[in-house]
Amino acid sequence: MGTISLKNVRKSFGDATIIPNANLEIGNGEFIVFVGPSGCGKSTLLRLIAGLEDLTSGVIEIDGRDVTAAAPSERGLAMVFQSYALYPHMSVRNNIAFGLKMAGVPKAEIDEKVAKAAATLNLTEYLDRKPRQLSGGQRQRVAIGRAIVRQPKAFLFDEPLSNLDAALRVNMRVFIMQLHKDLGSTMIYVTHDQVEAMTMADRIVVLNRGNIEQVGSPLELYNNPDSLFVAGFIGSPKMNFVTGAEAGRHKAHTIGIRPEHIEIASGAGAWTGRIALAEHLGADSFLHVDTPAAGRLVVRAPGDFRGKDGDGISLKPDLNRLHRFDEQGKVIR
Amino acid sequence: MATQQSRQLGRLAVAPSVVALFLWMIVPLAMTIWFSLLRYNLLDPNYACSLLTPGQLFDEANRCFAGTSNYYYFLTDPAFFKAMANSLILVGWVLLISVVGGTLLALLLDQAIMGRNIVRLMVIAPFFVMPTVSALVWKNMMMHPVQGFLAWITKSLGLGAIDWFAHYPMTAIVIMVAWQWLPFATLILLTALQSFDEEQKEAAQMDGTPPLSFFWYMIVPHLARPVTVVVLIETIFLLNVFAEIYVSGSGGRAGNLPFLVYQYGLISNDIGGASAGGLIAVVLANIVAFFLMRMIGKNLEG
Amino acid sequence: MARAVSTRRKWFFTILAWSVAFVIFFPILWTVLTSFKSEGDAILIPPKFLFFDWTTENYGIVQERSDYFKFAMNSVVLALGSTFLALLIAIPSAWGMAFAPGRKTKDLLMWMLSTKMMPPVGALIPIYLIFRDFGLLDSRGGIITVLMLLNLPIIIWMLYTYFKEIPAEILEASRMDGATVWKELVYVLTPMAVPGIASTVLLNVILAWNEAFWTLALTTKDAAPLTQFIASYSSPEGLFWAKLSAASTMAIAPILVLGWFAQKQLVRGLTFGAVK
Repeated sequence: MGTISLKNVRKSFGDATIIPNANLEIGNGEFIVFVGPSGCGKSTLLRLIAGLEDLTSGVIEIDGRDVTAAAPSERGLAMVFQSYALYPHMSVRNNIAFGLKMAGVPKAEIDEKVAKAAATLNLTEYLDRKPRQLSGGQRQRVAIGRAIVRQPKAFLFDEPLSNLDAALRVNMRVFIMQLHKDLGSTMIYVTHDQVEAMTMADRIVVLNRGNIEQVGSPLELYNNPDSLFVAGFIGSPKMNFVTGAEAGRHKAHTIGIRPEHIEIASGAGAWTGRIALAEHLGADSFLHVDTPAAGRLVVRAPGDFRGKDGDGISLKPDLNRLHRFDEQGKVIR
Repeated sequence: MATQQSRQLGRLAVAPSVVALFLWMIVPLAMTIWFSLLRYNLLDPNYACSLLTPGQLFDEANRCFAGTSNYYYFLTDPAFFKAMANSLILVGWVLLISVVGGTLLALLLDQAIMGRNIVRLMVIAPFFVMPTVSALVWKNMMMHPVQGFLAWITKSLGLGAIDWFAHYPMTAIVIMVAWQWLPFATLILLTALQSFDEEQKEAAQMDGTPPLSFFWYMIVPHLARPVTVVVLIETIFLLNVFAEIYVSGSGGRAGNLPFLVYQYGLISNDIGGASAGGLIAVVLANIVAFFLMRMIGKNLEG
Repeated sequence: MARAVSTRRKWFFTILAWSVAFVIFFPILWTVLTSFKSEGDAILIPPKFLFFDWTTENYGIVQERSDYFKFAMNSVVLALGSTFLALLIAIPSAWGMAFAPGRKTKDLLMWMLSTKMMPPVGALIPIYLIFRDFGLLDSRGGIITVLMLLNLPIIIWMLYTYFKEIPAEILEASRMDGATVWKELVYVLTPMAVPGIASTVLLNVILAWNEAFWTLALTTKDAAPLTQFIASYSSPEGLFWAKLSAASTMAIAPILVLGWFAQKQLVRGLTFGAVK
């Protein structure tokens, strides 16, 4: 089991309020991603759930039990840290076994569980090494192994991939998703990378200055962002925002349109402009277009698009995919 | 970044050390201030107060109260001026020798030389020599007017033997103390030099910086901080030099402030006078400490 | 520098450095050499450098006449005792300040350091009288306490800087793994801090071994360490240089060896982390 619920959770350090008021229900087996820019309070929220920080007010329940005042060890959760936080003086084997040892599990059982976890994580041949003899990806797997063996009610990941290089990050991402599928446990995953959020999450929780801006499945957030902030944060390249007269024509303070929802018109489009520069990625090309009416827009064109810098171009936005926002940045539906 | 429980535990863990250091600082200081205001000489039978224990003194405070006379007496004692002058000469010269010499030595040891580790060990060794040993070795085997090694050298050079401790006691003490503290300065400055960014060196080479300009514009600013640290720390220690003077028997002519206080207190048994002198030493040290603490405090922020 | 250094330049600096180092090291070298001479050879002018009748009899005589081992034993007991006692107080203290810092932690650290700046003569008279009245003069317990308090700020400070280098996430990980505070201290913190604690011990032993103000003022015979033992050689001047050298060599040799191992920690400890 592993349901977690946050009720009116508030956290402040002295005068600074980090989390004003958070409410969230997490179901058993869900993969939840907390995403937001640095300093938005996502790590603090995770640490509150872990019990590494005290709540200022509010209630946290795990499986329906109030754990607000419980020590980290009493909550039955496991955490994977950004720096991996392996015990440098212990072998891989002892790192993985430490939690079981603390829980007083019999030695034979520990050995069996460690062996099993190591096999799952391809760590068997490294069991007697020290963490400093391992590569970044291997250390990451040890940190995960340490979490797995305790069979926790839920896994907490605090930006676990941010110290890995790009190629390894993609591998580990897939690995963690597979793990979630195999174990079926609740996982809460903190990241500032919206690509990780989109690809991994069952539900994404977008945080901004300590407030939960929106909760929803990746596609919900992509298609129906509640606010300017969510619209700008989810999706890559970023959504284009236009204000002023052009937005006024659509009865909004700001309008937003994603690069992939702007078509290059053969004839006359809504907007005309010149290509300032183009990024060619192979499959796609991203054109940065200066338009008199809407300012600079990023447009996704097919990879075989052959326009040159300085060429004139005509653009046609997909009006069904246009997002409208009011002065407070809230969506107008 | 912690929970309430761990903060309380932390405070509990810190408490014993705070209590111990607080007592260690405040009890002697309070007693010293108290004694410095009393007519309290253990050997002088003319003062009835001298026969009392500190506890009884407290009850008889009115009768034994000396006001500021101990300070007056200590501050007007010609020996005080002599001791102050000796303290300052000692601190000044040793600082000069150790900072200038230490910088040069550190620069030398930072070069690509063969057997650098052994050379470094030899250079820093004097710092680990017990002060009493250093006093006796220098006084006898090095500076003895007849059989001393230096006497043999000066005689061989046709300069005649020098009786260091008889004729130049202050010079002898300065040489001896500088010998112990030059290695300290060298070690600190060498450590600082070795932390100099290699890429900065290479950038300077790419810019075609001549060696002297490099030294002046890059090395000197880099060493400014460690040199300040060396000056402040050595000053604290040098103001307190005692064993070297005591053991070499040159307290009469080269005695500094600590030695004078020791003489007042443990030799003449003038507790009041010694306490007044001790407090004066405390005030002096605090002036230096003030600047040192500010340096360290700044470092703590960074 | 990656660039090859010209051979001539290298030779020049090598010879210069070795010469300077030799001059600085000479008094120690001379003391060691003299300790193996007969008293006659020891005061000979011109001096004999290596070609004299080597003898170890001085070491035997020093032990016989003035009971070197008793003093050496006191030095060991004082240095280790004060260090051990200080660690008992300092480890929890540094732990508390490093991992559960409050708003006043930095001020507290600075205040602790400031007690180290107090000149000992300021406290000499009261400590002497307290020791006299409580019968602590020339007692090991008394002098151990003083040495402990004397070096406590440096020890706390050094341990604090070492503990600070242990990432907080590792301790949090152990908390998540279900370790109690006590188990955290035993299984995680202490093993990780062992190198730091070791260098702290090393530095403190050196400082306590060479401390020569309080040991000279507060001990005479029973608790007297090697500082006092050597000082006792100051009275009969002249003809005992070989024995003085033997005694001196024995007094400084152990600490010289320790000191050579502790160079790096020494810089850190004595500059309170201002130079690393």
